[in-house]
Amino acid sequence: MPKDQSIGEALRARGISRRGFLKFCAATASLMALPPSMVPIIAQALERARRPSVIWLSFQECTGCTESLTRSHSPTVEGLIFDTISLDYHHTLQAASGAAAEAARAAAMQENWGNYILVVDGSIPVGDPGYSTIAGISNMDMLLETAAGAAAIVSVGSCAAFGGIPHANPNPTGALSVAAFIREYGNRTPNTFAADAAAQAAHTDISSKPIINVSGCPPIPVVITGVLAHFLTFGKIPDLDSLGRPLAFYGQSIHDRCYRRPFYDKGLFANTFDDEGAKKGWCLYKLGCKGPTTYNACATTKWNDGTSFPIQSGHPCLGCSEPDFWDGGGFYKAISTPTGDISRTAVYAIGAGAAAGVALGALNRAKRTRLQQTHSKVGIDDLDKGG
Amino acid sequence: MSAAELLMWIRGPALQFATVVFVIGVVVRILEILVLGRKQDLAAARGSALAGGLRTIFSRSVPDRGTLQRSTFNVVAGYIFHFGIFLALFFFAPHILFLHDVFGVYWPSLPTQFIDAVTVVTMITLLAVLLHRISHKVMRYLSRSSDYLAWLLTFLPVLTGYLAFHRIGLTPPMLMALHIASVELLMVAFPFTKLMHAFTLVMARYYNGAMAGRKGVNA
Amino acid sequence: MSASLERGIHAFKEQIDAPVAAFFSSCVRCGLCAEACLFFTETGDPVYTPIHKLEPLRRVWQQEYTFWGRTAKALGLSRPVTDAELNKWEPLVYDSCTLCGRCSMVCPVGNDITYMIRKMREGMAVAGHAPEGLVSATRRAVTTGSPMGVKYPALQAQIRNVEQETGLSIPVDVTGADYLLLLSSMEIMNFPEFIGAIAKIFRKAGVSWTLSSQSFEATNSGIQIGVSDIAAELVQRIVDAAAKLQVKSIISPECGHAYTAIRWEGPNLVGKPFDFKVVHILELLDELRAQGRIKLGSKETQKLTYHDPCQIARRGGVVKQPRNLLDMVAENFVEMPEAGTMNWCCGAGGGVGTNERAAELRLKVFRRKQSQLNAVKPDALVSACSNCRIHLEEGLEEYGMEIPVLSLTETIAAHLE
Repeated sequence: MPKDQSIGEALRARGISRRGFLKFCAATASLMALPPSMVPIIAQALERARRPSVIWLSFQECTGCTESLTRSHSPTVEGLIFDTISLDYHHTLQAASGAAAEAARAAAMQENWGNYILVVDGSIPVGDPGYSTIAGISNMDMLLETAAGAAAIVSVGSCAAFGGIPHANPNPTGALSVAAFIREYGNRTPNTFAADAAAQAAHTDISSKPIINVSGCPPIPVVITGVLAHFLTFGKIPDLDSLGRPLAFYGQSIHDRCYRRPFYDKGLFANTFDDEGAKKGWCLYKLGCKGPTTYNACATTKWNDGTSFPIQSGHPCLGCSEPDFWDGGGFYKAISTPTGDISRTAVYAIGAGAAAGVALGALNRAKRTRLQQTHSKVGIDDLDKGG
Repeated sequence: MSAAELLMWIRGPALQFATVVFVIGVVVRILEILVLGRKQDLAAARGSALAGGLRTIFSRSVPDRGTLQRSTFNVVAGYIFHFGIFLALFFFAPHILFLHDVFGVYWPSLPTQFIDAVTVVTMITLLAVLLHRISHKVMRYLSRSSDYLAWLLTFLPVLTGYLAFHRIGLTPPMLMALHIASVELLMVAFPFTKLMHAFTLVMARYYNGAMAGRKGVNA
Repeated sequence: MSASLERGIHAFKEQIDAPVAAFFSSCVRCGLCAEACLFFTETGDPVYTPIHKLEPLRRVWQQEYTFWGRTAKALGLSRPVTDAELNKWEPLVYDSCTLCGRCSMVCPVGNDITYMIRKMREGMAVAGHAPEGLVSATRRAVTTGSPMGVKYPALQAQIRNVEQETGLSIPVDVTGADYLLLLSSMEIMNFPEFIGAIAKIFRKAGVSWTLSSQSFEATNSGIQIGVSDIAAELVQRIVDAAAKLQVKSIISPECGHAYTAIRWEGPNLVGKPFDFKVVHILELLDELRAQGRIKLGSKETQKLTYHDPCQIARRGGVVKQPRNLLDMVAENFVEMPEAGTMNWCCGAGGGVGTNERAAELRLKVFRRKQSQLNAVKPDALVSACSNCRIHLEEGLEEYGMEIPVLSLTETIAAHLE
């Protein structure tokens, strides 16, 4: 695929009809809550856009995010859009390996300095950088040097966005999300440079690089491509929520859009996975569903080409697109419940309280008895002062 | 500390601490009263003290007509916010889940939209009750700082609960943490404030009703 | 030994029991008790809020009988109750509380505020903070047997008058009679017709009764001023007379607090159950009525209403009996609003009537009774307490209302066949 091909050309070369392409643009527009008038503008922008250079760095991750993007069971427009970007470095997907792979990254950086999109999946270990290295380069250094020339950083998956599973208690690797890492270490100069000396000289503070968090474990494929499409259409990053996620996809909670919501509102719950409520498809809140506190598009876009999503298949939402979802006190416990055994504490406290209460009460009673015993009989002459 | 860590701490150690203070405090205060005891009444009874006491525990929830007429706002507002808190506390689905975790029993919940409306009414009523306390000459005269503290501690869980339900202002885990924390504050302050009336009024009403019941009076 | 703050605090501490602790623990400062108290409703002064009248006692409870209060006290964080405070509270505890118990009926958490005022007076009295009027009445009760200084010769004189008027003989010191009738000094001096009325009814109904020359006084200044030791001494005189005359029952006359004193506090004051019954005259009359032993020749045609004396109705449990009797004797009996256990006090109970300092205030708060009466506009007002009666007459005169105040017993006697 020639690098200077536009996305439109690339898509047509892959046999995607104009009609199919517009459908994708319309779907993207509606997902991002843009008015229908924006569809042709998106289409135009995408058609004309020069295929952007994308560098994909994988740190402490499980490759699930990549799987999510590439393992749709049939080729989709989203998948193809993804194919048609100029993915210049992705060590899972690229053919090159070793020094050749790193050379490709250096070349892409140099060629597109200041314009390429940096996609990161996985978290960055800062406790001991040795936990994760690629070609002898620590994740810290690789991120620092690659981020320097990026137009924007997209943190794909909850590990890159929030630290994810590596960050879960007790976080043995000292894992940080991309944003947290850049906040703390963004002004450092990387130790090793794969790029040339000029790049090193041009290295600037990366603390102010725009970061888009596309959280989820994994994120929904169309959300990843939607974010890229938005960036290509408007040349800027989309509106983000307080956690740096595109509002278009993360503006509403699973709970808000859940088709089982009416059961929650009526108080109809499955109490176990095999009871009547579960069979009738009632709300899974009591089984620990994190829908009310989880912001993602699962309930609307669903998974596997719109087939289903966890709640639809009978399992509570794990809250995977939220920070620290792994440490929420258990997947099968709602976040409003105690983490410890409160009843046992209460029973001990009742015991302690009863002992203390009886003892204090007895002291009070003894005091009063003593006072009553030392009562001096009151006569009529005792009612005047100084009498 | 992240919101999630804060929430875990609030749901964990902080809740344990609040439970210990609340339970020990309440049990101690109840026993301090009971162990103090009272003299046996030697006067020949006309009616049953037990029946009178039990009767008054319930009947005192219904105001006499004169009081209802003379203190309509006080009675009605008192009813509304007590009922509102009762409904929201015991019939909101997530609360039932919480209580199930503690007591091991489930009961049916009320529709969340209904609880939501109840919460709004309760908040408005509580604000009105505060205004009333500040503006009514008797209530202002009687009020101590602890009365305003008790009001605040009652209001906060309702407010934070509302904000958490609608996810207003902060992230959901943060709102949840604040909501549970506000309840913990309430629990910790409970044994040391007039909030104790929730338990001791049963005793107070019983004693009053029993003393009247012996005399054949329905107090 | 003279009265002192120390003795007062000592008494407070002695008096505090489980109900007091439960009541103080439960108060939420809702202020509803204010609206139940005629001293507040007629003055609008929040200082008369019933629960506020107990503030010093509450502090003693908190500082002495709660763990946290004791801790605060040990750390010097609490203010001890001072003599100046008790001085300030004296008019609240004595002048503006008739122990009527209306607040105790209204309190939403169930506090029996009156029960606590009664206890608080125990401390106030020995702290030297009882009003002079009550102290001297109590002194007369202890030394002469009557708060009004009425001695037996005075009663004897009235008996002779009644005997002459009615032609009936009044039994005195009859050993083995069924009933020993007690009287209040007020009745002896102001309403001696009561003795005649009783004599007539009992004669027709065939009741075996007697007076005691040794102990005829029913009232008990001890419970009004709040000195149980003195109250016990006064009750003991009655117990001794009952034993000497071997009566089966004692009749408490038309007096409110006398009924509370002998019927409900009596056995507790002397420390053992009575081996005789105590009945209120209205209870006995209603019993006779039910047995058909009261036969009327005529009925009262005036529009009557009934003022429930607090200690007889709300604090005594005699509520139905006067209604039964009025239904029997009156053709046109109407109830005032909030009659019965929610009736409004006349304003002179609980020693307020004996307390000269409170004279102006008690007349001021009579407006409550005035408006209650205005709601039904009776031709005559019936009651069953001579203390209420005196004050009702005073109040009606003050407010220019020409409504005669009748005794229920006398009204019945007047219509006997």
